[in-house]
Amino acid sequence: MKNWFAQQRAALAHTLVRLGATPFATGLTVLVIGVALTLPASLYLVLTNVARLANHVSSTPEITLFLKEGTTQSQELARTLRARKDLARVRFVSRDEALRGLSGRAGVADVVATLGRNPLPDAFVLTPRDTTPAALEALRAELARLPGVARATLDAAWAQRLAAWLALGRDFVLLLAGLMATALVAVSFNTIRLQVLAQREEIELSRLLGATDAFVRRPFLYLGTLQGLLGALLAWLLLAGGLVFLGGRVDALAAAYGAAFRLEGLGWREAGLLLGLSATLGWLGAWLATTQQLRRL
Amino acid sequence: MITFSQVTKRYPGGHEALSEASFTIATGEMVAVTGPSGAGKSTLLKLIAGIERPTSGSVVVDGQNIGRLSRKAMPYWRRTLGLVFQDARLLYDRNCFENVMLPLRISGMPVKEAARRARAALDKVGLLDRERAMPMTLSGGEQQRLAIARAIVNRPSILLADEPTGNLDADYAELLLDMLAAFSRAGVTLVIATHEPRLIERLKPRVLTLRAGRVQP
Repeated sequence: MKNWFAQQRAALAHTLVRLGATPFATGLTVLVIGVALTLPASLYLVLTNVARLANHVSSTPEITLFLKEGTTQSQELARTLRARKDLARVRFVSRDEALRGLSGRAGVADVVATLGRNPLPDAFVLTPRDTTPAALEALRAELARLPGVARATLDAAWAQRLAAWLALGRDFVLLLAGLMATALVAVSFNTIRLQVLAQREEIELSRLLGATDAFVRRPFLYLGTLQGLLGALLAWLLLAGGLVFLGGRVDALAAAYGAAFRLEGLGWREAGLLLGLSATLGWLGAWLATTQQLRRL
Repeated sequence: MITFSQVTKRYPGGHEALSEASFTIATGEMVAVTGPSGAGKSTLLKLIAGIERPTSGSVVVDGQNIGRLSRKAMPYWRRTLGLVFQDARLLYDRNCFENVMLPLRISGMPVKEAARRARAALDKVGLLDRERAMPMTLSGGEQQRLAIARAIVNRPSILLADEPTGNLDADYAELLLDMLAAFSRAGVTLVIATHEPRLIERLKPRVLTLRAGRVQP
């Protein structure tokens, strides 16, 4: 076992020496891998940030019932609504409360101040239990016919649409990541294949002296894995750099909207996944290349 | 013991390098395989080392049919051999010491023990003081001696040498022959492909003559 570790260490040292001997070629390969990984990873970051932004606004659909002006049926309506089993929550928002809420918002306060009287109606904000689009629409139509109700609107339809867009975006990222993973394996395959060809003489001699395929293959597997790992590290650095570059603008933009929002980078788990995945793909490319080449030599 | 039974080796393209060769080499014996170039000397050595497989017939060494060894078993067979090639086949990107270390690294020997053995082998061929030198800086004779150090470092029971004195001048050739004689005295089975009359005069091996792929009586 100790010997096994010693052999692994020797192969790794051998690999590092080789990497160091060709800094330019190694750097280019790592750059290609890094850029290839940065594309889907940055898109993923954009998506997670947009999703986080969207989560600030509720995406659970709500139905708002606007009451007729001066109706006397609001007490009765409240009782009817609270008795319904298909509503999870019923909240009454009086017209005064609504106006106060509106004056609190940036930009609207001045407009509200110019109004002579409160133009807002009383309203009920309802949270339905069944949130499938068809059920929501049926419920909205039914509630609109209740006495004293002027209008029923379905909120958060836009939020659902956004969620659908985000889901589409996530699928796109997966697709792109799949493509880039394939490209990464191909890059690793090709660089390792060239390395094997360059070391052809040494490999042939080693085999004559009794080297097993595993022994011949080991340094190349390390090389592929290491290239993947370094590429992922580079991608991580590029992402962090991009975040710093864009962070200032996003802060300014968020401040302009009076919102507290910051761009978030990759978490530790995501970064770990990126590194692990890239290393694995680099290893895979190397494995395929050595398998193909060793069969030929 | 090495036993060739009706061994024929035909290369792709139809050239028959060895035809129905049958002979036996005892353990510890020294055999010189001679004959004009193209007579099949190198092929004979390659068949023993498992570098080539016979088209028909069998090569059996100590009970193992070498032509039938699996891809997995072959490396372990090679480790029991010492190979000296016509051209030294050194690795020119590392120093003498590392060249001799290679077979031991391949067999996975712990580094300390391997380094001790590598130095002993270098000492045996008189290159201990050159261990840090790169092979390029060695003369042809020194390179060949380095190749021999590499061949004996794993203490093989069989040493196969293909024209070991091939492109050496007389002094180096003498030294090399002394070395081979010493291995033979130590009990190593020696199979040397050569067309050098000096070698035969001096070492007095059993001579196996090949002509157009056939063993001469």
